[in-house]
Amino acid sequence: MLGKTAGGLFWMYRYLERAENTARLADAGFRIALTRSDHAEDEWASIIETASARKDFVGSGAKFDGPSVINFLLRDPANRSSVISVTEAARNNARLVRTALTREVWEAVNETWITLKEALARPVRETDLPDVLALIRNQSALVRGATVGTMLRNDIYNFARVGTFVERADNIARILDVKYYVLLPSVTLVGSTLDNVQWETILRAASAERSFRWLYGGETRPLTIADFLILDRRMPRSLLYCLRKIAGNLGHLCSDYGVRRPSLDFALGLRDELEDTTIDQIMERGLHEFLTKFIQSNNALAGHVEEDFRFNR
Amino acid sequence: MGETPTFFNEMDGTGDRPRAPYSRYCDWYRAEPPERLRRKAREAETFFRRTGITFNVYGAADGDERLIPFDIVPRIISAKEWTRLTKGIEQRVRAINAFLNDIYHRQEILRAGRVPVELIENNDAFLPKMLGVSPPGGVYTHIVGVDLVRTGENEFFVLEDNARTPSGVSYMLENRETMLQMFPELFTKIRVRPVSDYPKMLRRSLSACAPPACNGRPVVAVLTPGIHNSAYYEHAFLADQMGAELVEGRDLRVVGGRIAMRTTLGYTPIDVLYRRVDDDYLDPLNFRPDSFLGVPGILDIYRSGGITIANAPGTGIADDKAIYSYMPDIVQFYTGEKPILKNVPTWRCSEASSLSYVLDHLSELVVKEVHGSGGYGMLVGPAASKKELEAFRLKLVAKPANYIAQPTLALSTVPILTKAGLAPRHVDLRPFVLMSPEGIEITPGGLTRVALKKGSLVVNSSQGGGTKDTWVLED
Repeated sequence: MLGKTAGGLFWMYRYLERAENTARLADAGFRIALTRSDHAEDEWASIIETASARKDFVGSGAKFDGPSVINFLLRDPANRSSVISVTEAARNNARLVRTALTREVWEAVNETWITLKEALARPVRETDLPDVLALIRNQSALVRGATVGTMLRNDIYNFARVGTFVERADNIARILDVKYYVLLPSVTLVGSTLDNVQWETILRAASAERSFRWLYGGETRPLTIADFLILDRRMPRSLLYCLRKIAGNLGHLCSDYGVRRPSLDFALGLRDELEDTTIDQIMERGLHEFLTKFIQSNNALAGHVEEDFRFNR
Repeated sequence: MGETPTFFNEMDGTGDRPRAPYSRYCDWYRAEPPERLRRKAREAETFFRRTGITFNVYGAADGDERLIPFDIVPRIISAKEWTRLTKGIEQRVRAINAFLNDIYHRQEILRAGRVPVELIENNDAFLPKMLGVSPPGGVYTHIVGVDLVRTGENEFFVLEDNARTPSGVSYMLENRETMLQMFPELFTKIRVRPVSDYPKMLRRSLSACAPPACNGRPVVAVLTPGIHNSAYYEHAFLADQMGAELVEGRDLRVVGGRIAMRTTLGYTPIDVLYRRVDDDYLDPLNFRPDSFLGVPGILDIYRSGGITIANAPGTGIADDKAIYSYMPDIVQFYTGEKPILKNVPTWRCSEASSLSYVLDHLSELVVKEVHGSGGYGMLVGPAASKKELEAFRLKLVAKPANYIAQPTLALSTVPILTKAGLAPRHVDLRPFVLMSPEGIEITPGGLTRVALKKGSLVVNSSQGGGTKDTWVLED
């Protein structure tokens, strides 16, 4: 496979994952705004923070209110991580790697782009927002379904999956980091109404509110949430789950190619470290410090993959 | 159905009954509810859009992709007509190849005075660096798209020989695919020769031209300028269908005397490069130094037998519009036969007497830029306003050698489906020809382009033209 194709697949699936996560973030923000109008501005600010877009957003001169943030997240072409920007970027990468995709996957991506361009052509009215967010989620599910259902399990699939999980791990770590202070053990055990709302936001942004409830019933403790999103092996958006997937796919790649590459060892190292850690240890060493380091390592891992498989050089 | 008696209508012929190749189709058409046909036409558009069969328009905003409109009424050619056409095309393509071989070696046709020396020497499409170079298998033009027009029952003309990087073959294939999906019943009623083998034939044909350096199964790659090129869809489509890699210049470099592509495991040599990049951009070391689309040094590797480039560099000298007018001589010179397909009478504006004729008859003629393509920079006299004619007159006088002129041909029509039913529109035809040491193969059919505007003679997709599926009937 061409190095460029591997890179194109990796980025195509990173962008697709980002589109979905950004839509969930917007959804989470919208929920809070509905339940707590008095703190809305802070919440919208933290949503922007999570999308690591504060500088761009403030630079655009917009205010931290619902319509501006939603607009920025979903359809601002100047925001390179807006849903419309990353959908277009995903499609451009899909065109680049067209020969590596099944017809189903290509058409799903192309249709997603056509559909979202239409849906996001004008500012989304509050009444339409739930529908538009559902549409984005549905389109993501469509592409994922086509991918899982029709792609050969070979190097093409492996690069797609590595891209997906690198992006997901990054996004989840950022969501946690922005809200890390409400997850600290020092926070009251019972949880005030405010905390409850914050926790709900985190879970919702990670698309984890239902699964969390199944597993833990009504027991919403910050430590449990942190454990769930960082270390749970069953939770497909937890950091450990992502690392296991990345390491697994890199393992397949290396054994298929009959080579061993530094990125695999790097991924295995990160995974093992996390496997051997408990949530108490993480809290003890500092959740924020842990997350900062995680985001950096995850980035470094992406860099190693890019180098090892000759995406650009 | 027929409304303009001066144009040959391929479906209606002289009027009372459909011409024989169309009779079964017309029976079917008459029995179809018009509403169903209109719905099918809309479905076709959705199908094309979803599949992403688009082209980018030069000069339009970046990323602006458009669909080429597809008309659901097929253009039908009988087995007998096709046999005659293929004989003519084959003769012409052999002559073009022999001409190129001669021009880049002994130049006998120039010594014989049949083609003026200065027409070659001063031509940008002529590549002195190809002198004395023999392409692998002796093939210059691996893929040729011969543009044909028809003016009567037995009147076919060659309008252009596309010997560089002819495009449009993906539309031939997708148009058929669309028709098969929408009207399967038609293909059980009418026996149409398939076109779907083209990618396989292309791969085989390219592989048969592998360079001396190749050992084992030839590695074939398609070189594209990238996703912003107007024909990118086609490049990806062909690579996909052939099972070849789709590469860009940035994926390639010279490694150990070969052209190699960067894979996830390092550099792997390529044997045959089907390039969809123009000569000028192919090699910044040998041609335009500012090109990022090509591979530095590829021409040297080519000359040393390390890679096959299809089509060979320098083939543009054969489809140059100034050379076109000499094609009947060229065919006769190399084949010793009379040309089977006619050339359109052409005035070379570089010649003073021709120029004065052209200036006097501007409103009746079609004037083309010698190096132009895609319908850009062209004047259709009868359709032009006074102002346009005057503006063009100035351009002609300023640079006469830049232009040729031809009579406005009475292009045949084939009906398209409009809101008001069938309506005749002008068409041309581009069959695709593959050449290898094993012979010449012509896919039965080709790309029919149709001017969608009533009365218009310009069929180019960049100028509002559409396409039709082209059927060649079984015997």
